[in-house]
Amino acid sequence: RRRRWWWKLQLQHCLSLTGDRRTGLHMADTGLLESLLRLLEKVDGGTDSQDVAADLGVDHQVIVGAVKSLQALGEVISTEQKSSKHWELTGEGREIAEQGSHEARVFNAIPDEGLPQNELMKMPSGKVGFSKAMSNKWIRLDKAHEGGPRVFKTVETIEDTVRDKLQLVQKGQSAKLEDKEKNELKKRKLLSEVTVKSYWITKGSSFSTTITKQETELTPEMIASGSWKEKNFKPYNFEAMGVAPDCGHLHPLMKVRTQFRQIFLEMGFTEMPTNNFIESSFWNFDSLFQPQQHPARDQHDTFFISDPALAHEFPQDYMERVKKVHSEGGYGSQGYKYDWKIEEAQKNLLRTHTTAVSARMLYKLAQQKFTPVKYFSIDRVFRNETLDATHLAEFHQIEGVVADYGLTLGNLMGVLHQFFTKLGITKLRFKPAYNPYTEPSMEVFSYHEGLKKWVEVGNSGVFRPEMLLPMGLPEGVSVIAWGLSLERPTMIKYGINNIRELVGHKVNLQMVYDSPICRLDS
Amino acid sequence: MPTVSVKRDLLFEALGQKYTDEEFDELCFEFGLELDEITSEKEILSREQGDEKAAGASDVVLYKIDVPANRYDLLCLEGLVRGLQVFKEKLEAPRYKRVSPADGGEPQRLVITEETASVRPHAVAAVLRNISFTQERYESFIELQEKLHQNICRKRTLVAIGTHDLDTISGPFTYTAKPPGDIRFKPLNQSKEYTAAELMSHYKTDSHLRHYLHIIENEPLYPIIYDSNGIVLSMPPIINGDHSKISLNTKNIFIECTATDLTKAKITLDMIVTMFSEYCDEPFTVEEAEVVYPDGRLCVYPELAYRTETLSGDFINKRVGINESAESIAQLLTRMCLRSEVSGEGDLIQVEIPPMRADVIHACDIMEDAAIAHGFNNIVRSTPRTYTVANQLPLNKLTELLRQDLAAAGFTEALTFALCSQEDIADKLRKNIVETRAVHISNPKTAEFQVVRTSLLPGLLKTLAANRKMPLPLKLFEISDVVLKDETKDVGARNNRRLCAVYYNKSPGFEVIHGLLDRVMQLLDVKPGRNQGYHIQAAEDSTFFPGRCAEIFSCGKSIGHLGVLHPDVISRFELTMPCSAIDIDIEPFL
Repeated sequence: RRRRWWWKLQLQHCLSLTGDRRTGLHMADTGLLESLLRLLEKVDGGTDSQDVAADLGVDHQVIVGAVKSLQALGEVISTEQKSSKHWELTGEGREIAEQGSHEARVFNAIPDEGLPQNELMKMPSGKVGFSKAMSNKWIRLDKAHEGGPRVFKTVETIEDTVRDKLQLVQKGQSAKLEDKEKNELKKRKLLSEVTVKSYWITKGSSFSTTITKQETELTPEMIASGSWKEKNFKPYNFEAMGVAPDCGHLHPLMKVRTQFRQIFLEMGFTEMPTNNFIESSFWNFDSLFQPQQHPARDQHDTFFISDPALAHEFPQDYMERVKKVHSEGGYGSQGYKYDWKIEEAQKNLLRTHTTAVSARMLYKLAQQKFTPVKYFSIDRVFRNETLDATHLAEFHQIEGVVADYGLTLGNLMGVLHQFFTKLGITKLRFKPAYNPYTEPSMEVFSYHEGLKKWVEVGNSGVFRPEMLLPMGLPEGVSVIAWGLSLERPTMIKYGINNIRELVGHKVNLQMVYDSPICRLDS
Repeated sequence: MPTVSVKRDLLFEALGQKYTDEEFDELCFEFGLELDEITSEKEILSREQGDEKAAGASDVVLYKIDVPANRYDLLCLEGLVRGLQVFKEKLEAPRYKRVSPADGGEPQRLVITEETASVRPHAVAAVLRNISFTQERYESFIELQEKLHQNICRKRTLVAIGTHDLDTISGPFTYTAKPPGDIRFKPLNQSKEYTAAELMSHYKTDSHLRHYLHIIENEPLYPIIYDSNGIVLSMPPIINGDHSKISLNTKNIFIECTATDLTKAKITLDMIVTMFSEYCDEPFTVEEAEVVYPDGRLCVYPELAYRTETLSGDFINKRVGINESAESIAQLLTRMCLRSEVSGEGDLIQVEIPPMRADVIHACDIMEDAAIAHGFNNIVRSTPRTYTVANQLPLNKLTELLRQDLAAAGFTEALTFALCSQEDIADKLRKNIVETRAVHISNPKTAEFQVVRTSLLPGLLKTLAANRKMPLPLKLFEISDVVLKDETKDVGARNNRRLCAVYYNKSPGFEVIHGLLDRVMQLLDVKPGRNQGYHIQAAEDSTFFPGRCAEIFSCGKSIGHLGVLHPDVISRFELTMPCSAIDIDIEPFL
């Protein structure tokens, strides 16, 4: 019964680690606890749980359980964990303490007229006992005896010192033995040294020898009857974790997307319809004044579509103007002076940037009386790139676009400053860069306090007139734009080094479950 | 972005000044370059091939500098130094001059025959007279050609450069095209003659040249240039002849560029001669060469054309957002190798665009250079006054709202790839690829990118498979786009916003997924019912277990399916437990 009770204590201990805050679920029997307390009352300065076990005549583990139960009651006792080394009999050692050493048993089995050796060897202690008794010179062997070798006693009485020593250890008096003796018995596998964890128990601040039964939890009955007023409640273990709520979780990348969306909305930007992954080369490249031989239009960089391979509908007049500005120039431009081919523009692809959608939106805007606009989008783009820990074939592009009369490069920097301030990034600087459809183009760098250096956080620029004027936008209208990836800030925010752990099916769901809410500015 | 590797000490010597790494990095940043890496040949070799191979290599410090893709004039030490020195106002931009042969003799002539029309119809040429090479200059000359080949020449497809020791050959030169069997010569650095056909197979294993073979491989005629004695100068765009190869001692260089794009050939030639005429006895002069077209037209190269653009100081100020006088803007532009003067009429500025600034094709390019010289980071940042009211895209607004509530309903959001294999959307779902209406990718590097997904289900099932160690049940959802072929669209395909969820446990949990449908409909304010509401109806679908699938109707229109997945589908996605799923189109609820 006591074993079982101990098991429950163990179980309770486990529970308290995995979320159950209620302590002393299974109280040790009150009798034992009170005996322990009475014992403690009599001693000054405390006592060792091992001594308590010896005094009360119960297994030490039972006392350990009782100590834990008392601890759960608050300040009744105070304890300090100790560990001590201690000699203990092995199974064989206990047998010898009870029945005598093998050599003594052999000696005692030999009658005065002696015993045939082969008979003696059949005894359980025969072999070991025979050789030990021989070396003690308690017995002799007469090999020439008629009827086979025979063993005779050589002394009248013996002193079984091995048994005596083991009995001392059994009584807890191992200190009376010398180290050499103990080690010899250890070598014979009769003794072993064990480490015992015990408690040094002293009276607590609310020490008492009587146990008041404690309630675990408040019940509806107690509330109804008011009996809770008289009850004593077991203290909670506030060190334990709570139970995880049963709920779903949003994906961290999508949480960051929500925040970026929020930032754009706060800044008055309207969301563009980017739900068209398949795009024609025309809108993805040509309309952006990206020449047809540009390396980005290479098979190595862009996913082209085999079915449906070609786009079949374009605004004809606009397409003519695009063709002209590429091949001959115009609108103040020299153009690229090459043979522009519609076949190249028709090729369908997986859009390589959401700027293809910006181009469609700006074209649409140009077809009506001009009003200033601020647009944004956050959606997937695709690159036929070599994959590594930070690059996937698809990622999310964040893009912001402002179109108005007279926008300056200083305005672009101002908008970027406001945007990045909302991300908690205030130290910005700009580096001249190149992009086929923006001029000027600027890489945006922010000072990383951790790395102590400037790191690139985005790309930006003013759309080229060769892109805007063929669309039909008025001459004085400037369009400023910037872009960044959604994955990179998310990886930094959530401390993820390999993009596959974040995006795609190889995601670690535990990471999704555990990821905090996203506040970009903190 | 091309990277140019230069020896640091040589660079500083040419710049006439020593910089710390930080100072030089800062200068690069300001000018629009990027000091990408500080290394040495030894370090590079040891990183790529191990310490042993690197043992004897040079440990001279190298700067690797990233150059903007349109600035071909910065692709060698000479150009970088010139650009930076002019920027720092330590040097006045040189004027490049095309000259006739000094002795009053005939210019070199390159005659193009009509056979080239089908394969590589254009050619340009020029001569660098009395050049003095050193080891470093020679290496830089070779390296620049390689950089041009990789960038503006688009890996030799658009333009191929050949440079020859003029003193070993004699004009006029003929650029023609011949059947590969009829061409025979000793190519550069080879010890014997090969026919063109032999050469092509010889170079199949050449780590460098094999990348260019495809350009002419399947042509009936190969381009070839001969001198007047029938000596082969080059077989563009593959290899030069050995006979005319240049060396450290070469004094006079004949440069030819053959091309499929004439504009780019002219630019390429201009780049080479502007960069290296610096080392001619008469610096920055280039001897002209004549090119005769099959129709008899005669052109003189290099063009080395200077163009003048006139723009106002006001234009620059208004576009950049600064307030500078026309004079100071002219000064800024001059620092960018765009020699500028105030014309005297109002605030008009005359800007001269030199031949090596082929990237300047519009006033906006000039405006950018003014902004760079002014310093991007000296521009006052200001908020535009643009007043607008924000709007969300209704489809994304609906998606955002539903996502929140699906998580509240106990389902965890997955984020899966839009690209996948054919197998994922067809075989593994027990569907025929034709009936999926999938968009196919023509150039996938691996099977993972064969098609655009037509269902969110494979992604969710793969997410389950990758997370089998997690405690059951697993409840996942995703609201995202699939792509379907649609002939009514200009590109022949359209996105479709879907909601998909799976329940994976020891029992199929159809009721859980059914409960989720009820909840989603409640959120969308659609009541159960046959006509104006939603209902489900037993259906057969090969992805689902027979008798355990229903079609979902809302307002009489089918919007998707729910049910218990077919055991084969479960095993094909390497799963072991029963699984139920729902897959609906949410666009009807807009």
